[in-house]
Amino acid sequence: MGEIRLMKGNEAIAEAAIRAGCDAYFGYPITPQSEILEYLTVADPEKHTGMIVLQAESELAAINMVYGAAAAGKKVMTTSSSPGISLMQEGISYMAGAQLPGVIVNVVRGGPGLGTIQPSQSDYFQSTKGGGHGDYRLLVLAPASVQEMADHVKLAFDLAFKYRNPVLILSDGIIGQMMEKVELFDPIPRSENLPDWAACGKKNRSHNIITSLHLDASLHEKLNQQLKEKYARMQRDEVRYETYYCEDAEYLIVAYGSSARICQKTVSIARNHGIKLGLLRPITLFPFPSTAIANLAPQLQGILSVEMSHGQMVEDILLATRQFPALKVEHYGRYGGVVPTPEEVYEAFTKLFIQFN
Amino acid sequence: MDTTIIKPENLVYQRSRLMTDQPLSFCPGCGHGTVTHLVAEVIEELGIESEVIGIAPVGCAVTIYDFIAIDWIGAAHGRATAVATAVKRVLPDRYVFTYQGDGDLAAIGTAETIHACNRGENITVIFINNGIYGMTGGQMAPTTLAGMKTSTSPRGRDVSWQGPPIDITRMVAMLDGTYYVTRQAVHTPAAVRKTKKALLKAFELQREKKGLAFVEVVSNCNSGWKMSPVEANRWMEENMFKFYPLGDIKVDGQLLIK
Repeated sequence: MGEIRLMKGNEAIAEAAIRAGCDAYFGYPITPQSEILEYLTVADPEKHTGMIVLQAESELAAINMVYGAAAAGKKVMTTSSSPGISLMQEGISYMAGAQLPGVIVNVVRGGPGLGTIQPSQSDYFQSTKGGGHGDYRLLVLAPASVQEMADHVKLAFDLAFKYRNPVLILSDGIIGQMMEKVELFDPIPRSENLPDWAACGKKNRSHNIITSLHLDASLHEKLNQQLKEKYARMQRDEVRYETYYCEDAEYLIVAYGSSARICQKTVSIARNHGIKLGLLRPITLFPFPSTAIANLAPQLQGILSVEMSHGQMVEDILLATRQFPALKVEHYGRYGGVVPTPEEVYEAFTKLFIQFN
Repeated sequence: MDTTIIKPENLVYQRSRLMTDQPLSFCPGCGHGTVTHLVAEVIEELGIESEVIGIAPVGCAVTIYDFIAIDWIGAAHGRATAVATAVKRVLPDRYVFTYQGDGDLAAIGTAETIHACNRGENITVIFINNGIYGMTGGQMAPTTLAGMKTSTSPRGRDVSWQGPPIDITRMVAMLDGTYYVTRQAVHTPAAVRKTKKALLKAFELQREKKGLAFVEVVSNCNSGWKMSPVEANRWMEENMFKFYPLGDIKVDGQLLIK
């Protein structure tokens, strides 16, 4: 059994990075995730594991530092919150185009603009549909506990290198700030081996070029084709989700991250009222568990997407259930930093699905 | 043809073996081609080709990685020194340099330039300043001289509302993190030799972990300036060198200017 600690989600991210054998972290302070940079500078992992920690002059610089360290073949991470992640979109697009691995954590706060420092889930579109310019996808993990904040860091590095693609951990201000018991995985030593594609000095090989530029359109189309196939492989092999009371469910809530934690309670309330409600929690938002939802659809009378946004993931649920046009799919959400209670979700659910039947 | 004079002892110059067979994309007469050759020569002479990583810019030199056979990373516009910072930090025993133009380094990348210099990153920054955006067709750059005509200052740069040209090299020399700051040119054989010496020194300082070395090369842009190469070099001497005087600005961490 691993070491057990009581930690904030943000601290778990930082500790997990050190334990995952991360080579470098570049970040810039922003609420509600500044504890990550603070934890790392206090821990001073350079002394223990050799992991570099550097505070950049902006999120723009931070993501381009991530791009550089990733191009050199290293395990590298950055973290930020919504406005900072918007600034990073340029670098993320370049990483996707140059096929570079890297881990980016977004501890989401309410937007648009400077918004609020309170939690939100309003960056779903940005995270799962692209965010920056060009056709690309990130692999998106959505932790729902402090435990998963730690575990997803390790998983994210594995997936980033498996696909040579940036991986985004889409968290939010609740999970970042709340404290829970977490069982930490045993430290993995940093590796000195660099991948054969890395730009790290051409010792004993011909030279490597890391770029996302292909002025010849036919070559660039080929690269895009490769990317498209890679995203299709992710959709085939990397879907992760969790079901809760789904076996006999007649109604389904789909919710991720903090909202999924809240909706577990909503399921209990409904079950106490004799309503067969289940919960499907996507763990990967891209790839989205469309097949799992479609497989449940025949037994369902309705699906409620619960998100702290105006309704973004609900569009993916509608796509997943397009073979079942009669199935009622609705959204309930609070936004701008307001967090719904299990009771109000239950009330919204009954209004939408039960009273009108 | 009599080839008897082609003997090793008669050799005065040859192209660096690090140059690839790819034809240079620069306009004939442009200083970029000369500096690219110099970078290859310096890396070859120092014997560091297996240990060096170049960071390419966005601008006229965007495909410089096709010309010199070393490991390269193409950076986003202006971000080269942030990229170089990370590469050097994770691979401290390698040589890392950026090759950037004035739009890249002194406009969109000003923050990254200033902060990499201020942190004293142990890298080499090669800065080609021709006072114009060449790649996109000759628009006004932050370094464009007062009164100079470009496609976006068609009546000449008016400092009253477009601001004066920025001397970023002087600015970075003021920062404690820079160890060697110099301004050179490649318009004459003597100037080329001086620039090569400056580049050699910059890479040697990196070996000695002395801090950031910043080599500006004031260059022409005959296409953007709408001049012949010879006219462009003359114009550069008469105008650019007045605002951007050649010579060392900081040596061994000591400022040589007031």
